[in-house]
Amino acid sequence: MSIQLSTPVNRQAAEALSRSKGEPEWLTAKRAEAAELVETLELPKVEKTRIDRWNLSAYGQYKPAQPVSSAAELSQDIQAFVPESQSGLLVTRGSGAVFSTLSDELKAQGVIFTDLETAAREHSAIVQQYLHSVVASNEDKLSALHSALWNGGVFVYVPKNVEVDLPLQAVLYNDDADATFAPHVLIVAESNSRVTYVDNVITTGSAAQVAAIHHGVVEVVAKAGAKVSFASIHSMGEEVVDISIRRAALDNDARVEWIIGDLNDGNTLSDTKSVLNGRGSSSDSKVISIGSKKQKLSLTTQAVHWGKSTDSQMITRAVMREEATAIINGITKIEKGATKANGEQTEKVLMLSPKSRGDANPILLIDEDDVTAGHAASVGQVNPEQVYYLMSRGIAKIDAERLIIYGFLAPVVSEIPIDAVREQLQRLLERKLEA
Amino acid sequence: MSTQFIINDLKASVEGKEILKGINLEIKGGEIHAIMGPNGTGKSTLASALMGHPKYEVTGGTAHLNGEDILEMEVDERARAGMFLAMQYPSEITGVTNADFLRSAINARREEGNEISLIKFIRQMEGKMKELEMNTEFAHRYLNEGFSGGEKKRNEILQMMLLDPKLVILDEIDSGLDIDALRIVSNGVNAMRSEDRGFLVITHYQRLLNYIKPDFVHVMMQGRIVKSGGPELAERLENEGYDWVKEELGIVDETVGQA
Repeated sequence: MSIQLSTPVNRQAAEALSRSKGEPEWLTAKRAEAAELVETLELPKVEKTRIDRWNLSAYGQYKPAQPVSSAAELSQDIQAFVPESQSGLLVTRGSGAVFSTLSDELKAQGVIFTDLETAAREHSAIVQQYLHSVVASNEDKLSALHSALWNGGVFVYVPKNVEVDLPLQAVLYNDDADATFAPHVLIVAESNSRVTYVDNVITTGSAAQVAAIHHGVVEVVAKAGAKVSFASIHSMGEEVVDISIRRAALDNDARVEWIIGDLNDGNTLSDTKSVLNGRGSSSDSKVISIGSKKQKLSLTTQAVHWGKSTDSQMITRAVMREEATAIINGITKIEKGATKANGEQTEKVLMLSPKSRGDANPILLIDEDDVTAGHAASVGQVNPEQVYYLMSRGIAKIDAERLIIYGFLAPVVSEIPIDAVREQLQRLLERKLEA
Repeated sequence: MSTQFIINDLKASVEGKEILKGINLEIKGGEIHAIMGPNGTGKSTLASALMGHPKYEVTGGTAHLNGEDILEMEVDERARAGMFLAMQYPSEITGVTNADFLRSAINARREEGNEISLIKFIRQMEGKMKELEMNTEFAHRYLNEGFSGGEKKRNEILQMMLLDPKLVILDEIDSGLDIDALRIVSNGVNAMRSEDRGFLVITHYQRLLNYIKPDFVHVMMQGRIVKSGGPELAERLENEGYDWVKEELGIVDETVGQA
């Protein structure tokens, strides 16, 4: 299956673009190599979702945006996503960064927080070491395409033993449908460090209304004893296809926490995976999503246990309205030798209309005997007994259903550790549920 | 105006089967009526049909609360008109805290812009919880989720106390209660006795009526009220069972609509 791209991707074009940006030689070579692979590799097989039928052509062109000198110069609708307290803020627009700041204290501790293109120039060795180390360029056509085209992006580096108390926040937005919007987020947390990273991925203006693609890849490297909390809320427009591949590799006793809000209006392929390599490493994923109109959503959470005594928890809750379809996969894979591993997963879909569809697929793949694992999945509609009960106390039907729907999402929303993110998510939930 | 609730020839069916075959009953403010009867005689159907459970279809008759036919109303309108049903099996609702639910229910009775203040609400709720010997931690638990049988029943009574209804139906409120819980729940109900509130207490055990003293006792069989009397009727049923009623009325099988 080949994709007809609006801008052809080939070795020459990838090299030329990389050189024109002054990227290091190794990166130019990587991009060129990936561009060649795009031609030969197949699209990934996505469970019960025909992504080959999605409009994957509108990748646009590399269009860097004009930087701004302070957060106050950002447009109003973007400022709404900028929190009051953070240790660092990075804003990318279209294909490139427009603003970044990091507290002097963190800079002094050796923390790096900048867009990935800048990092590739200024911290070349370390970026080279980790880029594509978690999500390889040659996995499939999409990973190759992303490796060839990625731009802007985010680089977070936290040195050994450094604890970043306040969240580092990024706003990744596109307001130009012709601009390639393919941020790559690379987070490296050295031993016993701790960091919380939060991003909002949004489209505004024309980019929200005409066919476009957001193609993001997130790589998290959590070294021994490191703890990375990663929260990402996507709210892109109806015509925007969101392809988001997130993956973490964990060393001994490392921990990663994923909070994903898939609140786009367009088709979404969201895959969030933790690879528990190290003994005693653990992962917790929480995904919530709301689908409306004719949206098609493929939401996957995965945990791969290699290390002994590893633990993974995965929860996905999705509400489907109108004619939206969600395919929700939870994959817990426990490899031979990962004794005392434990993996739990729950997928629940609430369907609000007769034409909405939900499909929850819990998958346990276990090659080791001495483990525990569990799964629960449910797909259903608003329970009429519950509606009756609430109404019998005087609550109008519409409010009763509303309480039940928010209640369905609450076990995930209420667990979000950062107040500002929780409130923002709540606002976006309301917008999507009450549109 | 003192409360007046009049049920006239009420008939209702479930899944096409007629269960209530013409119920007549009048309850005035200040009165407690008990409906007794063996299982399967239609007692709970009466409660559910009056509240408007979607599974129960009213096929005939009327039920007027202070002149308004509640059977014409949606479930929520019935509640706002003053009906309250303490349910035998209250729903569990994940993600909705007891406090949020109670506040929504109170505010549903108030004009927009005139919602109860948070502080006043908490004061009221915690006060009533204390009366029911409930841990205030229950306010923050998800609605009925993981509550024991007795905790659910107390929670029903808590709602009744906060919503201040005109006509209260207690459907088997005593089932699953130990003696202490029964006393607490009954005290809650007795504290709510007033001239403008009527009660319909459904039970098949007389023991509840030792705590909540009824003014009138009705026996239900085959989907009808077959016998009515004062508190002495309940005592006789406790001592002698229902067989003498069946004999007196020539009833062989007292149940209704059973497969």
